[in-house]
Amino acid sequence: MTSVLVKDLTLKFGALTVLDNLNIDIPEGEFLVLLGASGCGKSTLLNCIAGLLDVSDGEIHINDRNVTWEEPSGRGIGMVFQSYALYPQMTVEGNLSFGLKNARMGKAEIKKRVARAAEILQIEPLLHRKPAALSGGQRQRVAIGRALVRDVDVFLFDEPLSNLDAKLRADLRVEIKRLHHNLKNTMIYVTHDQVEAMTLADRIAIMKGGIIQQLDTPTEIYNRPRNKYVAGFIGSPEINFFEGLIEQDAFSTGGERFSLAGYAFRGAATAGPAWLGIRPEHILSGSAAKNLPVTNEVTVDIVEPMGSDTLAWATLAGVPLRIRMDGQAAVSTGDRILIGFDPSRASLFDKTTEERL
Amino acid sequence: MADAITPRGPKPRRRFSRANVMLYGTLIVIAAYYALPLYVMIVTSLKGMPEIRIGNIFAPPVEVTYQPWVKAWSEACTGINCEGLSRGFWNSVQILIPSVILSIAIASVNGYALANWKFKGSEVFFTILIVGAFIPYQVMLYPLVIILRELGLYGSIWGLVLVHTVFGMPILTLLFRNYFTSVPEELFKAARVDGAGFWGIYFRIMLPMSLPIFVVAIILQVTGIWNDFLFGVIYTKPADYPMTVQLNNIVNSVQGVKEYNVNMAATLLTGLVPLIIYFASGKLFVRGIAAGAVKG
Repeated sequence: MTSVLVKDLTLKFGALTVLDNLNIDIPEGEFLVLLGASGCGKSTLLNCIAGLLDVSDGEIHINDRNVTWEEPSGRGIGMVFQSYALYPQMTVEGNLSFGLKNARMGKAEIKKRVARAAEILQIEPLLHRKPAALSGGQRQRVAIGRALVRDVDVFLFDEPLSNLDAKLRADLRVEIKRLHHNLKNTMIYVTHDQVEAMTLADRIAIMKGGIIQQLDTPTEIYNRPRNKYVAGFIGSPEINFFEGLIEQDAFSTGGERFSLAGYAFRGAATAGPAWLGIRPEHILSGSAAKNLPVTNEVTVDIVEPMGSDTLAWATLAGVPLRIRMDGQAAVSTGDRILIGFDPSRASLFDKTTEERL
Repeated sequence: MADAITPRGPKPRRRFSRANVMLYGTLIVIAAYYALPLYVMIVTSLKGMPEIRIGNIFAPPVEVTYQPWVKAWSEACTGINCEGLSRGFWNSVQILIPSVILSIAIASVNGYALANWKFKGSEVFFTILIVGAFIPYQVMLYPLVIILRELGLYGSIWGLVLVHTVFGMPILTLLFRNYFTSVPEELFKAARVDGAGFWGIYFRIMLPMSLPIFVVAIILQVTGIWNDFLFGVIYTKPADYPMTVQLNNIVNSVQGVKEYNVNMAATLLTGLVPLIIYFASGKLFVRGIAAGAVKG
């Protein structure tokens, strides 16, 4: 069953087109992440779904009801904001019950719902405090609670973790995932953090310039990016790109020839100019590289140890190359090492259209 | 060796450095410059006329008398009636209270609507309102007389209340709009998702958050309206003259002796309301001004 349906959505501010003829179909219970760099229109799309922005064209359906002209409160959504947006003069309890009071709900029912939300989010001891007396993590929990008490079908998150420090962000991320697992609501989550996107999402929509570049599962997006932008955006450290030519069964670049044996072309293999992308973690080194279709010997320029893994920089075919190695790898600047990769894990993009080949 | 002291802890500072002497010297001179007239007024208002005629305006009173204050409040003459300033005081109060409440109530809703409920042409509307603040009052005096006459309000206290409300609108709307713009937009969005409407958000979310700016507006309006002379003299009858107009009539009356002590007492009495307002709310005032001026 479709939970949220966005149909031909267009939004213009004067001459500027922010969202261009957008279509998304979100099944019930899905966790969809809208991911993109700032200014790509992801928050704008969320605001349109919430009803906080009037659309220029198109329709929005929530639970098979056309809500394009509905007020935000009449759409059956709850929203969590980056800055928490808690009402500063009200206690936590007041914050949680504000929406229910506006809906003229009975006192007993309000009390029941606030208690339930507080229990789920473990904020019971905070109910009588003002937001100013809460930490960032507690505030965001209350903000989630405010959406929770309204017993809505769809949760909208607008970069909810961006204001928190790294550790708290990781904790709350897991908590949001747990919440989704328990409640099984549809959730739409906007973020520019790819770790959040990869870990939380059932599906990710990568946006750029008001257009969805790819809407797929995290694995698919990571392994088979539809175009060069998506490949470069997802993955940290960034994917390595080589500019060159496809010739029969090989890719030639900067005087090197990489075999393309095993690469799954989307259509028929065509010769011509193209980009080859290979992720740093898919480049193996040492004995593991020996039997791979593509091997090469490179000199390590710089080593960045990060504990869990080590990033080595080298130069291949005249292009800086990132190689992700084991954290325990004994490698230092100036070493000659053998590297190799399997072309089936690489991605090829057309030179002009930048679409996946 | 004398210079063998290891730098450690707070850096020592000389109290009578040249910079300090200059700074405090200037501050003291400026403070004296502003405080001296007030001192002269208070001192003179407490002297009898014979003592004033001696001519030592800076000397403290030899014989303290409160008679000038009593006379200024309840006996001083303006033209034919000799009721002192008391009547002007109550007139001013009657003008002040409705003007302040009305102008702030309307301007705060204006500012809220302009900041949060942008409508087609809201920017144009705002610009027109602000331009209104730059048109000299003199231009509008006569047209306003006609408007008030047509409305049947000319010469009444309510006519003056209307004038004050209208003239307070540009600056107050600007003040409130800037303040409400600085309230995070997400708060407003959250309230909309929570189902609050125009008035719900205004009364339940915005109002409780904006005490400082209301204090600023109240101070601006109370002092502005209390100190107004021009509108008071033009748009009311002598029986309804505000305190400032009456003060002028007392001080500038040409009959009899110039009673400097009474004049000083009358002036101080008239200035008392704004003074009290400033002293009572100085801290809030500064906070509110800062909050309204600096966005974020």
